[in-house]
Amino acid sequence: MGKNESEMVTIHVMGKKHEVPADLTIMKAMEYAGHQFRRGAGCRGGYCGACAAMYRVKGSYKLQGALACQKIVEDGMYIAQIPFSPAEKITYDLSELRPDANTFLEYYPEISRCLSCNTCTKACPQDIQVMDYVQASLRGDVEEAAKLSFDCISCGLCAVRCPAEIVPYNVGQLARRLNSRYVMGPTEHVLKRVEEVEAGEFDADIDELKASDKKTLQDRYENREVKL
Amino acid sequence: MKLAYYPGCTMKTDAKNFDESTYSSAEALGIELIEPTRWNCCGTVHALAKDNVMNYLAPIRNLIRVEQMNEEELVDDKRVVTQCAMCYNTLKRANLAAKADPDKMGKIRDIMEKEPNYQGSVSVVHMLELIKGLGWDEFKSKVVKPLDGLKVSPYYGCLLLRPREYGIDDPDHPTVMEDLIEALGAEVVDNPYKAKCCGAYHAVHMKEVAADLSHRILRQAQEAGAELIVTACPLCQFNLGDRQDEIKKHQREFEGIPVVYYTQLMALAFGKEGTGFEQNVPDPVRVLEEKGLL
Repeated sequence: MGKNESEMVTIHVMGKKHEVPADLTIMKAMEYAGHQFRRGAGCRGGYCGACAAMYRVKGSYKLQGALACQKIVEDGMYIAQIPFSPAEKITYDLSELRPDANTFLEYYPEISRCLSCNTCTKACPQDIQVMDYVQASLRGDVEEAAKLSFDCISCGLCAVRCPAEIVPYNVGQLARRLNSRYVMGPTEHVLKRVEEVEAGEFDADIDELKASDKKTLQDRYENREVKL
Repeated sequence: MKLAYYPGCTMKTDAKNFDESTYSSAEALGIELIEPTRWNCCGTVHALAKDNVMNYLAPIRNLIRVEQMNEEELVDDKRVVTQCAMCYNTLKRANLAAKADPDKMGKIRDIMEKEPNYQGSVSVVHMLELIKGLGWDEFKSKVVKPLDGLKVSPYYGCLLLRPREYGIDDPDHPTVMEDLIEALGAEVVDNPYKAKCCGAYHAVHMKEVAADLSHRILRQAQEAGAELIVTACPLCQFNLGDRQDEIKKHQREFEGIPVVYYTQLMALAFGKEGTGFEQNVPDPVRVLEEKGLL
């Protein structure tokens, strides 16, 4: 055991006290303490947004947000997992929408209640300017809202903290969809590939794969060309 | 007699003797006082609070952005120019209030947390103030198409002028828009209602009130011979311009009159593209064409 590995800190998970190694993430520390994740754990790499957690540290009144798979534990931390933020899933037909402020207001009228308090931004573990993209949506700036919200992984912490009960990550997703359809438009290489697919250029390859046995597929997968 | 009795928190702590004697003396009078089973603070904590800075966060954050622009040398000084009368008033009001009260400023900084501290160095300026500061001779030298023969009535509305300490001009006798109209080569038509209320947000809930107030302003200008009205506020523009159909419903004799932003006339007289007249309701193009200006 290395020197650092023996250093332990005290954390409280859902109010229960545990001694855990100081260099673990919240998620690993919880597993170390005996928790098993069925929900609230996904990629473990900070990409999927499934493991949102809230915590307070000793001596501070600040309620803070983090991804459990990314945040390293601190001594005296009080932790609760927030694996899901309840929010209505609104369906819309993107082809019928207009990329303007009224679209946002029609589907998410609560954005007009934004107080500009910035609590959402403070809660965001991705350091996204959440309030700024909600505000951009309010003024119909689809491109800016899409750009600012691009790194959002929908962990839900902004929505849990918003005093106006806005669900910012849904607003950001609508912005990115509107942006890709109406502002950026389809890219040429995608259109070209769709044409190729429709013209049947890949039918033979697909048929060959379908006819292959497991061993062949496995070999081809393991020896595939990876372009980075 | 049984009566509901709301004691409040002090009666249960420092003034227990007040509470106790209330019950006993009421009992002697034949009054039974009954507390609600659920009660909370009467609310005075909020009503008396002087440190509620919630409504300063949005405007002050914008002023922090201006300080940042200045630090990054993107702009020449620490003024921020605004156009919308509501924004101007809100930003200016918050700026002066925060600067005047260090305690308030401290609380704003604490709540902002992730933002840089506001240094209080920004001044909020309305575009009309900026123009006036350039001097009318300088302004006139840019006019390539004087608005000869066009009779224009100014409309200030409320938020550019009041409260007095935030106003861009004398709230009783403003002149900056008149000076501007003249400098553009047009003829000023005075309107005694130029600083009266357009109905503001009554346009949402009480359309007829806004229509009535706006009608008085428009009628006065028309009777004085105006062919066009200029505004400096999107809400005034909406009530005076876009809502003329609503006014016509109530005032059958009313004939429309075009209403435009003062900057639209500036762009026209300066010979610039981007006058944006196509967005105005009612259409100002006919009047301007008749005068040979379009």
